[in-house]
Amino acid sequence: MNADLAVGLVLLPMAGALVAFGLPAAYRRALAAAIALGWPLLLLPLTLLVLRDGSIAVVFGDWQPPLGIVWRIDGLALVMLWMHAAVGLAALVHAWPGFAPDRRAAATFWPLWLVLMTGANLALVTADLFNLYVALELVTLTGIALVAITDSTAALRAAMRYLLLAMLGSLMYLAGVGLTYAQNGTLAMAGITALETTPLVLMLAGLMVKSAVFPLHVWLPPAYANAPGPVAAMLAAVVGKTALIALWRVWWLAGDSASQALAMAIGVMGVAAIVYGSVAAMLHPRLRMVVAYSSVAQIGLLLLLIPLAGSDAFVASGFHLLVHGLAKAAMFLAAANIVMALGSDWIRRLPGLDSKLPLEAFTLALAGITLIGLPPSGGWVSKWLLLQQARSNDQLVWMVAILGGSLLSAAYVFRLLAMSCFHASHHARRPIVTRPPRAGSLAALLLALAAALLGLNPTPMLNLLATAWPGAAS
Amino acid sequence: MSAGGSAQFLPPALVLVSALAAVIIFIAGEARQRLRITVNLAAALLKLALVIWIGLAVLAGEDFRYSFELVPGVELILHADAMSILFASLSAVLWLVTTIYAIAYLEHTPNRARFFGFFSLCVSATMGIALAGNLLTLFVFYELLTLTTWPLVVHDGTPRALAAGRSYLRYTLVAGVLLLTAMIWLYGLTGNVVFTPGGIVAPLVETERTALQVIFVLLIAGFGVKAALVPLHGWLPKAMVAPAPVSALLHAVAVVKAGAFGILRVIEDVYGHAVVVELGLQLPLIAVASWTILIGSLLALREHHLKRRLAYSTVSQVSYIVLGVAVGGVLATAGGMVHLVHQGLMKITLFFCAGTLGLLLGVHRIEQLDGLGRRMPWLGVSFTVAALGMMGMPPLVGFVSKWYLATGALAAGLPWLVAVLIGSALLNAAYFLPLVRRLWLADHAPLEDVPVAINRISRLALVATAVATALLSVALGLFAAHPLSPLNWVLAIARSYPS
Repeated sequence: MNADLAVGLVLLPMAGALVAFGLPAAYRRALAAAIALGWPLLLLPLTLLVLRDGSIAVVFGDWQPPLGIVWRIDGLALVMLWMHAAVGLAALVHAWPGFAPDRRAAATFWPLWLVLMTGANLALVTADLFNLYVALELVTLTGIALVAITDSTAALRAAMRYLLLAMLGSLMYLAGVGLTYAQNGTLAMAGITALETTPLVLMLAGLMVKSAVFPLHVWLPPAYANAPGPVAAMLAAVVGKTALIALWRVWWLAGDSASQALAMAIGVMGVAAIVYGSVAAMLHPRLRMVVAYSSVAQIGLLLLLIPLAGSDAFVASGFHLLVHGLAKAAMFLAAANIVMALGSDWIRRLPGLDSKLPLEAFTLALAGITLIGLPPSGGWVSKWLLLQQARSNDQLVWMVAILGGSLLSAAYVFRLLAMSCFHASHHARRPIVTRPPRAGSLAALLLALAAALLGLNPTPMLNLLATAWPGAAS
Repeated sequence: MSAGGSAQFLPPALVLVSALAAVIIFIAGEARQRLRITVNLAAALLKLALVIWIGLAVLAGEDFRYSFELVPGVELILHADAMSILFASLSAVLWLVTTIYAIAYLEHTPNRARFFGFFSLCVSATMGIALAGNLLTLFVFYELLTLTTWPLVVHDGTPRALAAGRSYLRYTLVAGVLLLTAMIWLYGLTGNVVFTPGGIVAPLVETERTALQVIFVLLIAGFGVKAALVPLHGWLPKAMVAPAPVSALLHAVAVVKAGAFGILRVIEDVYGHAVVVELGLQLPLIAVASWTILIGSLLALREHHLKRRLAYSTVSQVSYIVLGVAVGGVLATAGGMVHLVHQGLMKITLFFCAGTLGLLLGVHRIEQLDGLGRRMPWLGVSFTVAALGMMGMPPLVGFVSKWYLATGALAAGLPWLVAVLIGSALLNAAYFLPLVRRLWLADHAPLEDVPVAINRISRLALVATAVATALLSVALGLFAAHPLSPLNWVLAIARSYPS
């Protein structure tokens, strides 16, 4: 087994994308599928290596940093890579009939899909701030293109808004990177010794736009809600999450030089995101917007890692990234099917869903329970660990925020469930417009099941994540 | 002595039987009525057999324990002790009759697969609560119980049912948050909270007095929501919009009992009664219980809707359990614990009768009960027996509980509690006797049958289940001295606690 295999994580989809642009449209989908299926084969040996050594580093051309570029795969990156593989595969199954070669959008969809994979993987494994910039740019731009692929007015408008804000974020991040380089003479994360407040805040602000932290989230709800189901699933589970991990990594680069006040401020933003996202999800009349606003709230929860700053909180947040990614992808895939079947996105049209689309109703319920963090779902494990951290730090404020956030999420999840399964309304008797393909329903259900069942035996995953905690060394 | 080999899998099997039944029912779907009924009854019978098996083994001194790590450092433990068996056997017996009743009551209505699926899941969660070996396990199943009963409360899908469901969730999810806070805190202080008779927090009383007091209040409030302690009872009367079998389930088999059972566990197996006294929490708890007993009865008196009057009666009666355990000592503890079973039997009889009257005759208010005893004598007799038992008339089961509570209060040096008990008995009489009088002595009301598509066998089952539970409550009162009676079972538990 060789650590250089890791190069394949990026090269494989990148080569795939290049080849796909050259292939006739009819073969592009098959190529994407082949790469998605081959991916676990590549991840498996890398997993064994990480389990053995804790983390693996790939150095290009024997150039050590600060000159060369280094990749690093630790426990957190590995868990996320597997999540990409799982969500990617489920989304692929879901997209299979919708982006069949005879469809107009298919010719661009599948190559873009592969570029998105490339960028997301690169963002996870790179240990260089500029490399990270390139990766995030790649992810964002393909994400925007994929949102716009349906070319409805709403989707185009959402994509435009996403584009403008993402550009702003990129500029801020890049400015921060420039200042960091001026100070340190390197951009390799390992070589950065001093990080002053200005570049730190610039980089954080840029990444906050990209990961949609309230109040910089405004691009997220329309983009997620108007994208095709598989794209929304990938955006929620992969695109948003890589930016968030980048944010954590930049924060840890600052180490002890980052002030407590800044950590507090980020925590307060997290709480504001939890409250705003949940209340918006509670009130919004459209299904996919509710699911999207729930992401805004969950990103707020994941920000609390910064003020909580402990190994339990780290493990919990890493685990929550995984669980939430799976659950949210499941919800978006199911929501796309629901919209297809009911011909509408309005929540008041949901009654009778449990008899019309039982698999989708079950998926929404399972994923929703995970979002609330009710036991024994995966979300419950992360909630428990976060609370444990807050208590042992004596940080009651964050404890209240976590518990309150879980109650608020219960409010919007049960609103959806009550409406879709128990509401006796004339909408319940409307016939289905188009029956969604069964494979897509099952893919969504499997993701939701995985998210829920991870809570039953989380220990191996948690141990793996614990090895990546940057505070462990000090 | 520890049970070897495969017997260790009995506790999880007990939990999973009805979960498996639920999965089959969900997958089989609406149309496969025969399969659904078979699976329902088979699972109920199998569960009862398993409970009896475990119960006898526990009696013989065997120890069942099944555990795996759920979150780092904290295990999910299923453990059968005498108290588990008390609750598990109550639920298993009452689930069997409620299942029969529910099949008869609902088999002509829509959405039965969903109803019976969640019905089974609900009992699964209840078994988990009964067998929980530590606080975390109890919490996990307590939350699952919330999740699985909510679909039953909103089953009708009417605006009123949905509103009741929202109220139910509001109360129970906030309660879950209180419990979680208390638990995180307690696990932080103690490292692990495994149920141990006599409690585990005694070493902390000196150093962490205030923390322990706050945690206790949080725990009692968290469990008190389902146990419907006043003022946390608001959801219970609203939940009466659900079909009658759900009411029976909420009041007698699962939900309210789960709250009371949680309080039992906290007082006896987490804190230990002596520590509760030491922390100065005994009198406040007794005060809350007494208050609930009296206020519940007064509210019942005011209510003229039959099921809602019964609901307030539950509010009052379940607090006897809390009262007994709070008073402490062998007699009062036994009196409280045995009421878990006794109240369950009587209340389920009352709800079966009320449900059947509502279904067949459209009777929902107490004014409509006039003369119905003569029209449906079996039902009338069952209702009367249960109502008299609730009032505490000897030799019925209610009397047995109250006798032990009163003597226990005297033994503990709290004679004024006898006044509370007598006051409550008078109030019980005031709201139950008019019902009995209307049933038998008032003039026959010209009620028409409600045209429902129910066959003769179903009609028979509706009445027979009520008669069966009424008979059982009479038998347990008459044979309270039998070695295997619930009374002797709880006396043995109460004696095992360090005094």
